[in-house]
Amino acid sequence: MNMKYGLAFIAVAAGALLAMATLMHWERPPMASTQLGPRGVGMVWTQNPRTEAIVKSKNIAPESDPPAQLSGIKVKDSPDYQNVKVLGDLDVEEFNRLMGAITNWVAPDEGCTYCHNPENMADDGLYTKVVARRMLQMTRQINTMWTPHVQQTGVTCYTCHRGNPVPANIWFKNDGPPHAAGMSASRQGEGLASKSVGMTSLPYDPFTTLLAKGAQIRVDGTEALPTGKPGASIHDTEVTYGLMIHMSEALGVNCTFCHNSRQFASWSESRPQRVPAWHGLRMVTDLNETFMASLQGTFPKNRLGPSGDVAKVNCATCHQGVNKPLYGVSMAKDYPELRVANP
Amino acid sequence: MIEYQNIFTRTQIHGPADMGVPLPNGGNRERVGKPIFVHLFGLLGDAQVGPIYLGWLGILSILCGVIAFEIIGLNMWASVNWSPIQFLRQLFWLALEPPPAKYGLHFPPMAEGGWWLLAGFFLTASIILWWVRTYRRAIALGMGTHVAWAFAAAIWLYLVLGFIRPLLMGNFGEAVPFGIFPHLDWTAAFSIRYGNLFYNPFHMLSIAFLYGSALLFAMHAATILAVSRLGGEREIEQIVDRGTASERAALFWRWTMGFNATMESIHRWAWWFAVLCPLAGGIGILLTGTVVDNWYLWGIKHGFAPEYAYDMWAPVLDPALAAK
Repeated sequence: MNMKYGLAFIAVAAGALLAMATLMHWERPPMASTQLGPRGVGMVWTQNPRTEAIVKSKNIAPESDPPAQLSGIKVKDSPDYQNVKVLGDLDVEEFNRLMGAITNWVAPDEGCTYCHNPENMADDGLYTKVVARRMLQMTRQINTMWTPHVQQTGVTCYTCHRGNPVPANIWFKNDGPPHAAGMSASRQGEGLASKSVGMTSLPYDPFTTLLAKGAQIRVDGTEALPTGKPGASIHDTEVTYGLMIHMSEALGVNCTFCHNSRQFASWSESRPQRVPAWHGLRMVTDLNETFMASLQGTFPKNRLGPSGDVAKVNCATCHQGVNKPLYGVSMAKDYPELRVANP
Repeated sequence: MIEYQNIFTRTQIHGPADMGVPLPNGGNRERVGKPIFVHLFGLLGDAQVGPIYLGWLGILSILCGVIAFEIIGLNMWASVNWSPIQFLRQLFWLALEPPPAKYGLHFPPMAEGGWWLLAGFFLTASIILWWVRTYRRAIALGMGTHVAWAFAAAIWLYLVLGFIRPLLMGNFGEAVPFGIFPHLDWTAAFSIRYGNLFYNPFHMLSIAFLYGSALLFAMHAATILAVSRLGGEREIEQIVDRGTASERAALFWRWTMGFNATMESIHRWAWWFAVLCPLAGGIGILLTGTVVDNWYLWGIKHGFAPEYAYDMWAPVLDPALAAK
């Protein structure tokens, strides 16, 4: 009788411990740590060298094609090329080289016919061709208008696509999985284990709110004492926190890569890396609102999100777990035609 | 005697069950159940389980607690569309969130925080009924009410977090959600929003009392175990009738740190450290957002937040200001 109670007690305790152990994500030591700030502020970059090796192997820039032997004929002057609206100023050879590269970057398995009608290459019948044209404009926008973020490294189609017709890291407006109807309590957009926010229970769609023009990402009090004006709510703070976790996961860095965690808001105590990150947030907002949104009617239904919105970009779309996409290798320098300003 | 030199309790008394002292006014009547003995419980505490006394306060408290538990659990289950698998998988992530700030102090729709208020009401009722029970049981046994007041200190912190501070802030959106990870996320978000709670002096005090409690607990427990072979377990008697255990323990601490507590004062130290942890913490929470909006800037203003030389990089300016 007494032993039975005892065994039950041990079983419950062991079960609880086992449940805790299986819920946790374990990483074995040793970790590599790099000091990023002055002593005493805990600004340290912690990396797992074993995971880092895997990430490295997945983020290798492909060799660029040899430069084109220019023919001296521009695409727009050649009768063989019709309906070229963006790349008309390119030399024909340069154009063909770029088309080949785009195929390798975006649709290596599907080939030219992923976008082109083989009977008539100029035909805009396939939606993918219309999207690709807009994406070329977007690439040029990034490389010319968003140098505060991409610097002189620039981007190519490969930065996001990596051989996938649809980039692996995109986002849609996310209302979460089904929820019981009636008067049961709303999740308020949080409280689920969500990959978008690093498996925390933070708001799982910080993007719709904060990657929008004029969004208020800053939540910290700006004065020591209350000003009388209502500040950010705790929920607002959690949405910002969720966005920051996304950035951290997308870039493979921790908070102190940019921030001094004693005061997240303070710029004078932040690392210079926070400035390009700030521009990056404005950049993805511009890309989503100017380019992705313009394709709303172009994409077929199966390419739209659960609430019918177009696919959008966030930090992970380019960065894919690395603080400098493809470890800072500039593919764009070999494709100067992608660094021309849009008219 | 070497039996005492062990981490677990080595002594288990086997004998007739102890039914407790007789009380005036028929106070024994409510003790129900035949006591049982569990050997493993005896390794950690007393092997005897029972007799039990619940009374009306206990029954009402458990009832209110169960209602709160059900409201929280069923709403969490509803949030994964009644999927039993998702409920178990995501249990630590699920939450019952307080009403959004826009509802202020008005009663919101049930789906928008109404259930949170209801769960909070029943949980608070349950806790307060249990507090009254600890108070009344202590009086019934002719004891002091030290346990009840220590419990009240914890209830103070609970009420500040979930009720008093949200009232002062003017909305229940400031309060803590129910849920394992969600309440931890709340804690982090709360600290970020109000400029780092580590610069809140009452938070500092609370931490000092928290760690201090753990330290005192370890020092006292170790001292008494160490002198138990010399009669140290009769510590309360030795408050007034100092024996060799007391004298050795006192000398040990005078030798090692120059000062010693007494058999009486150590218990007062422990009680006050434990009680001041939530008392100070509650004050710190109460002042956050109501009196101070950014503790870090407040620390700068009052000159206690240290300055560091950020000379590893060029000065960083807020690009939002540069854009203007």
